[in-house]
Amino acid sequence: MAMTMTGEATLPAPRPTVWALLNDPDVLKACIPGCQSLERVGDGYAAVAKVKIGPVSATFKGKVAFSDIVPDVGYTIAGEGEGGIAGFAKGGAKVSLADVEGGTLLSYDVEAHVGGKIAQLGSRLIDGVAKGMADKFFAGFAEAATRVASLEAAQAHPAHAEAHVTHHFSAAEPHAAAPLDPGRAPVGAPPAEAAGSLPAAAAPAASVSSPKKKSWFRRIWEWFTSR
Amino acid sequence: MSATGIGASVKRLEDIRFITGKGRYVDDVNRPGQAFAYFLRSPHAHATIDKIDASEALKAPGVVAIFTGDDIAADKVGGLICGWMIHSKDGSPMQAGAHPALAQGKVRYVGDHVAVVIADTYAQARDAGEQIVVDYTPLPAVVDPAKAAEADQAQVHDAAPNNTCFNWHLGDKAATEAAFAAAAHVTKLDLVNNRLIPNAMEPRAAVGDYDSGTDTITLYTTSQNPHVARLVLSAFIGLAPEHKLRVIAPDVGGGFGSKIFIYAEETVCAWAAKKIDRPVKWTADRTEAFLSDAHGRDHVTHAELALDASGRMTGVRVHTIANMGSYLSTFASSVPTYLYAPLLSGQYDIPAIYAEVDAVYTTTAPVDAYRGAGRPEATFVIERLVELAARETGRDPAEFRRQNFVTQFPHQTPVIMAYDVGDYAQALDKALALADYKGVGARKAASAAKGKLRGVGFSAFIEACGIAPSAAVGSLGAGVGLWESAEVRVNPIGTVEILTGSHSHGQSHETTFAQLVSDRLGIPIGNVSIVHGDTDKVQMGMGTYGSRSGAVGMSAIVKALDKIEAKAKKVAGHVLEASDQDIEFKDGKFTVKGTDKSIDFGSVALQAYVAHKFNGQELEPGLKESAFWDPTNFTFPAGVHICEVEIDPETGVVKVDRYTAVDDFGKLINPMVVHGQVHGGIAQGIGQALLEGAVYNDDGQLLTASYMDYCMPRADNLPSFTIDTIETPCPSNPLGIKGCGEAGAIASPPAVINAITDALGHEDVTMPATPQVVWRATQKAPLKRAAE
Repeated sequence: MAMTMTGEATLPAPRPTVWALLNDPDVLKACIPGCQSLERVGDGYAAVAKVKIGPVSATFKGKVAFSDIVPDVGYTIAGEGEGGIAGFAKGGAKVSLADVEGGTLLSYDVEAHVGGKIAQLGSRLIDGVAKGMADKFFAGFAEAATRVASLEAAQAHPAHAEAHVTHHFSAAEPHAAAPLDPGRAPVGAPPAEAAGSLPAAAAPAASVSSPKKKSWFRRIWEWFTSR
Repeated sequence: MSATGIGASVKRLEDIRFITGKGRYVDDVNRPGQAFAYFLRSPHAHATIDKIDASEALKAPGVVAIFTGDDIAADKVGGLICGWMIHSKDGSPMQAGAHPALAQGKVRYVGDHVAVVIADTYAQARDAGEQIVVDYTPLPAVVDPAKAAEADQAQVHDAAPNNTCFNWHLGDKAATEAAFAAAAHVTKLDLVNNRLIPNAMEPRAAVGDYDSGTDTITLYTTSQNPHVARLVLSAFIGLAPEHKLRVIAPDVGGGFGSKIFIYAEETVCAWAAKKIDRPVKWTADRTEAFLSDAHGRDHVTHAELALDASGRMTGVRVHTIANMGSYLSTFASSVPTYLYAPLLSGQYDIPAIYAEVDAVYTTTAPVDAYRGAGRPEATFVIERLVELAARETGRDPAEFRRQNFVTQFPHQTPVIMAYDVGDYAQALDKALALADYKGVGARKAASAAKGKLRGVGFSAFIEACGIAPSAAVGSLGAGVGLWESAEVRVNPIGTVEILTGSHSHGQSHETTFAQLVSDRLGIPIGNVSIVHGDTDKVQMGMGTYGSRSGAVGMSAIVKALDKIEAKAKKVAGHVLEASDQDIEFKDGKFTVKGTDKSIDFGSVALQAYVAHKFNGQELEPGLKESAFWDPTNFTFPAGVHICEVEIDPETGVVKVDRYTAVDDFGKLINPMVVHGQVHGGIAQGIGQALLEGAVYNDDGQLLTASYMDYCMPRADNLPSFTIDTIETPCPSNPLGIKGCGEAGAIASPPAVINAITDALGHEDVTMPATPQVVWRATQKAPLKRAAE
């Protein structure tokens, strides 16, 4: 069950600024939810992050390596982490930058695999946790980008800073075959658009809007009807 | 019939103990100075173990020892075994990959045992386990049994090329091909028998205890067959010689087959207890049980049924791919072979049958016997085929079955089995009446008026129980004999202890075995105690599985009681001053024929022990006899189950509205207990049909590893069952018993799915038929049937 997630964020800063931030361990450490340490080791980083997925809480120790590095354009991240008895997570992300009006469009394409207790007990929750973490990361990252861009731009002209983030998820093999329990699952209910809630961390510095974001329910429904 | 004798619905004597919390299970066993084991399990489905660094973990508080597979191997303790040899079509023996108790070099499923941490408390062991650093190199997982043998799949065992354990077959291929060539109609069906996780109420547990003074290991373990466990642990795994190894399986909270097998955990606990000279205890948590208990079923099958123009069944051919999981569990190889294909004749007179079974390895938990073991899979194949053939040819499913029933006994099928006795039409008639089959049309119309879909499904099952005689199973590859033993110890004042090689873990032996003895000896049921589950107390025995405790275990008791009666008559003869030939025994009294001279059983027992009235050189004092009973044939319980479902097409929810079962178990010892077994079996089968399914994702991660994701049947999923029996006494044992433990789980899945497919009008439904599956199926148009 590879979990995949794609999305993009419009950041109110020029590409070189965003690129510099993407390579600044202090910024990344501050933005990655639960990140306890992030240290440069060779071409990559050694990271420790605390993550809670449903009933499973674990401290992941892992390595992150960068490849396909094209300055100001993007890179590919590959990482793997061991969470002790909670299991493991491994995956990669392609990150690319493009100029857009008002700043830089950062696009990402993530594929992740999890194993052990996280898969056994938390697999239903992984999409939600990943999305929440991505939201938090980009909210923080946009804040950093705004701050830096403001400083850089202070001399030139006042910045109008705003970031837009969208995600799209898909699971190659969603949690499909697990039996549903009659009477306990909302099977067959009509499609409904529930209001997506924004992560609290997103609000103050950068307004994170997601025009194409689909509610949980909508995504379950669409997957359900597509089979 | 006395109030506590054979045929009486005596309330279970063991229940007071269980429902007042006084049962004594393995987890209740605590030995002085015991340490606790935590098993570090693989989070990967398939990986090489490059390095295990336990240096930090060893420094953790409370840690006594940490062992890996190399430590066990260094002690010359062998791996786990499979005790049933299967040969492939070409005559080659099955390819069994090595199965070390703790992994060596490679892990092959999520939950595979990498290391054991032993510490003063379980929490300390678990915490230390988190500090063990294991370097894995992940390998591709092999999950889909249908693809496991393909060339591009990763290899689970070097010893088993193409992940193939064996390619086995049974039956006359040429005769079957000829039957199909001449057929007027051929029904074809592709089926998946969904993978199940056993979920006994009590999880597996073990306590290893070593006495260095006598160099003896005592292992308390959740086993259905402690003597077999001792035999395997001694003779094959090499833990200790049998006389230095005592295995105790005290109260055991359900097994359903999953506690037949000899697992890594008890092996390691027993070994480690000696290694560190401290008792070592382990109790599985529920997710460990999901991960590492042997799973059940998991077949992918293509099946065909040939009919002649009159509707006679002329041939069956079946190709099945059976998922063995990552290692061959203790009896895994017998399940999709000799416990499966010989039942493909069902209750029908079918002249030609040919079955091919490919057993494959995947990177999933081992798969082995689970309630019914092979026979549910066979019944699902034949009863789905038969129902579909009736539909395709416009025949009533009940009358089509009746037309093809075996009616002459004994009946030799083309696939090994010789059915001894039965009356399938009688069970069918009774079931049709109880189920109000004539009223189905009106009930379907009533459902339709409410916008619901109603369907009715049949299952005319047969099973082979007892799993004996020994010579027969030996010729089929069993590594053990499958008789049973009993010892009857009459105490001097006439109370009785029965030592049985059977093991009760829900089967009510303490009640039903005592009924047999009370009935036979004419003594109060309270004067009988049943002793089982301890290799130091009880003579060698084979244990409980395959619905064999009644037919084989109780028969052994009968044979021992025969000897008791003969001996007691001699004692009574001396006391009453008559020849033992002239002594009659009835209702607990020994009487000299034609006189009023009599003596009761208790007094004879006392006389046997005081030995004052006879010459001890001519007649041994005491009253204790034993017997080993090996039956002459399998037993063949059979019956007809009729299920009626109502489907809500808006939600896909299937309501099992009516469920009727008429079974022939031969003679019944305790009808209430039999009904209880049938209830439980049907509930388990409905669970398989509607709710339960183990799911591994493509990475080999078990997604259904807790009750959040694995749905068990509950009372509100079930109707009140209508249960009845007919009785054709079994000729191959002295009590006429056939066995009832597995019937419900064998019969019910096809009955439920036949009902659902009847309601939907097409066959495109897989188990478990969850609301999601069924709702999707409602979106597909019904097929035009021949009858319409």
